[in-house]
Amino acid sequence: MASIELKNVKKSFGAVEVIKGVNLEIKSGEFMVFVGPSGCGKSTLLRLIAGLEDITSGTLSFEGKVVNALAPSKRGIAMVFQSYALYPHMTVFDNMAFGMELAGGGKAEIKARVEKAADLLQITPYLTRLPKQLSGGQRQRVAIGRAIVRDPKVFLFDEPLSNLDAALRVATRLEIAKLHHSMDNVTMIYVTHDQVEAMTLADRICVLRDGLVEQVGTPLELYEKPDNIFVAGFIGSPKMNFLDGKFAESHKAHTIGIRAEHLEFVSKGGWPGKIIHAETLGSDSYLFVDIGAKEPIIVRENGTTKHGLHTKVSVAPIKGRVHSFNSDGRAITATSTRKK
Amino acid sequence: MKNSWVKTIAFYAFVVFIVVQAVFPLYYAIITSFKSGTALFEISYWPTTFDLSNYQSVLFKGQGAFIGNLWNSLWVATLTVTIALFLGVTAAYSLSRIKFRGRGLLLMTILAVSMFPQVAVLAGLFQVVQTLGLYNTDWSLIFSYTIFTLPFTVWVLTTFMRDLPIELEEAAIVDGATPWIIIRRIFMPLMWPALVTTGLLAFIAAWNEYLFALTFTASSDKNRTVPVGIAMLSGSSDHEIPWGAIMAASVIVTLPLIALVLIFQKKIIAGLTAGGVKG
Repeated sequence: MASIELKNVKKSFGAVEVIKGVNLEIKSGEFMVFVGPSGCGKSTLLRLIAGLEDITSGTLSFEGKVVNALAPSKRGIAMVFQSYALYPHMTVFDNMAFGMELAGGGKAEIKARVEKAADLLQITPYLTRLPKQLSGGQRQRVAIGRAIVRDPKVFLFDEPLSNLDAALRVATRLEIAKLHHSMDNVTMIYVTHDQVEAMTLADRICVLRDGLVEQVGTPLELYEKPDNIFVAGFIGSPKMNFLDGKFAESHKAHTIGIRAEHLEFVSKGGWPGKIIHAETLGSDSYLFVDIGAKEPIIVRENGTTKHGLHTKVSVAPIKGRVHSFNSDGRAITATSTRKK
Repeated sequence: MKNSWVKTIAFYAFVVFIVVQAVFPLYYAIITSFKSGTALFEISYWPTTFDLSNYQSVLFKGQGAFIGNLWNSLWVATLTVTIALFLGVTAAYSLSRIKFRGRGLLLMTILAVSMFPQVAVLAGLFQVVQTLGLYNTDWSLIFSYTIFTLPFTVWVLTTFMRDLPIELEEAAIVDGATPWIIIRRIFMPLMWPALVTTGLLAFIAAWNEYLFALTFTASSDKNRTVPVGIAMLSGSSDHEIPWGAIMAASVIVTLPLIALVLIFQKKIIAGLTAGGVKG
């Protein structure tokens, strides 16, 4: 159980400022996800919290105590790396026991803890094997197990699923979520560039861009009330449709954004256009409609679509589901949008 | 088909040529070492006699001076390897993993040192050895061999260590490991091939070294290493060069090296290729 607070944290590598002043509070027991495009500084921020990089300025505190200068092993953290980072010459058991052994735990206690963690992750049959004899998914579980054994207050995950194939990624994602539910008051910080992972796992998401926090909130808050165009475009799949010019003017905004699921076909009114492409996924269909804007807009339909290619249609947003942004890309408050 | 026959024959002819060229001197030394008397001066390419008297005279004549030399060589080479590997691994860690100003310059300087010809530094090194009071002791050799072995050792180990994934070290740091524990428990086991290769090359270099050994321990019988010992073998008169004994001594000196190489053969190959591909 640890609450983590970052106050105006900055990090420079030489002349390049990577983290440009981050203020963030992570509550005890929370599952916080850092998400953002590559190069936004999310991994660096995690490494600052881990203590693998020195903070250039600002303070980082755990439960009110400043830990800027504290060694990683003294912070009560455990980290799971993207590349697993298992010690290749040690068996799974030794890999998991290494940290406790260095901390000076008794043999019996280490054995008990490793076995308990192995049991939880169903890797007991592999304890005597070497990492190279395991599959990618098993290795990742060992890496998670190694973190569990140390009984940390904070788990740090650095893109742990990136090296796994799609099916295994979904399965492991579920296991990480279950792990968080099963452990009392353990804080988890998880870095990913995949917004689906972020939405499915997080209690709260922190969206980063260019070393700055764009918005922090629950997945639904970010989905329903994005603070700016960047967050609106980053969260949600497919990407939110953005319209400007004459389409936005009628909403008294510089740009408006409407999600694919908030557009519908209407018989009269709306924006006239032509269907230029359809993606049929079975459960739903995405129709690309050219309405004379810069890019075709994407409209979601439940099930399979009745509309054929090149059909002329009319598209209108569902009331109250239009996001308006000013010329700086900031959201014009949701209430004023809703009134329209 | 005909063409491929020619190619195969040419290939194996070339292989035979290389092998003969490499192995013949040693082979000739071995068959000569089994000869005695005037047979030594007859040229023959096949073993004609099997006479161990040369070995007997090398090992047991002269109050066991040659065996003493062997022990000296073993001691000097082993200690050189130990010191060089210890300094090499710790230096490699800082040169590959710790960022500091002038790291590139330092690496280049180390490489430059390895290019000095031995003979160029001999006089200067002699002064150093005498000032330090090491003249005519084993330490003069250990000291100078380490100087010449270190650059190569540091370079190979640095390139090797640089290629170990950084996450391994970070995982160990999070696990609470100090740099020394990281080196000893994580890096050294992973670097066995490199350690064995560099260690063995350092051992062979120290074992075979002649110039320094002759200069720094020439006037002390008991501190000589084998190459000097062999050169100083004398016959029954000043005008007689004891070829038989010299050959027997050379063969004896070669055996430990062959044994070492055979023992570590697999590791050496792994180490050389790892260095080659990644370096």
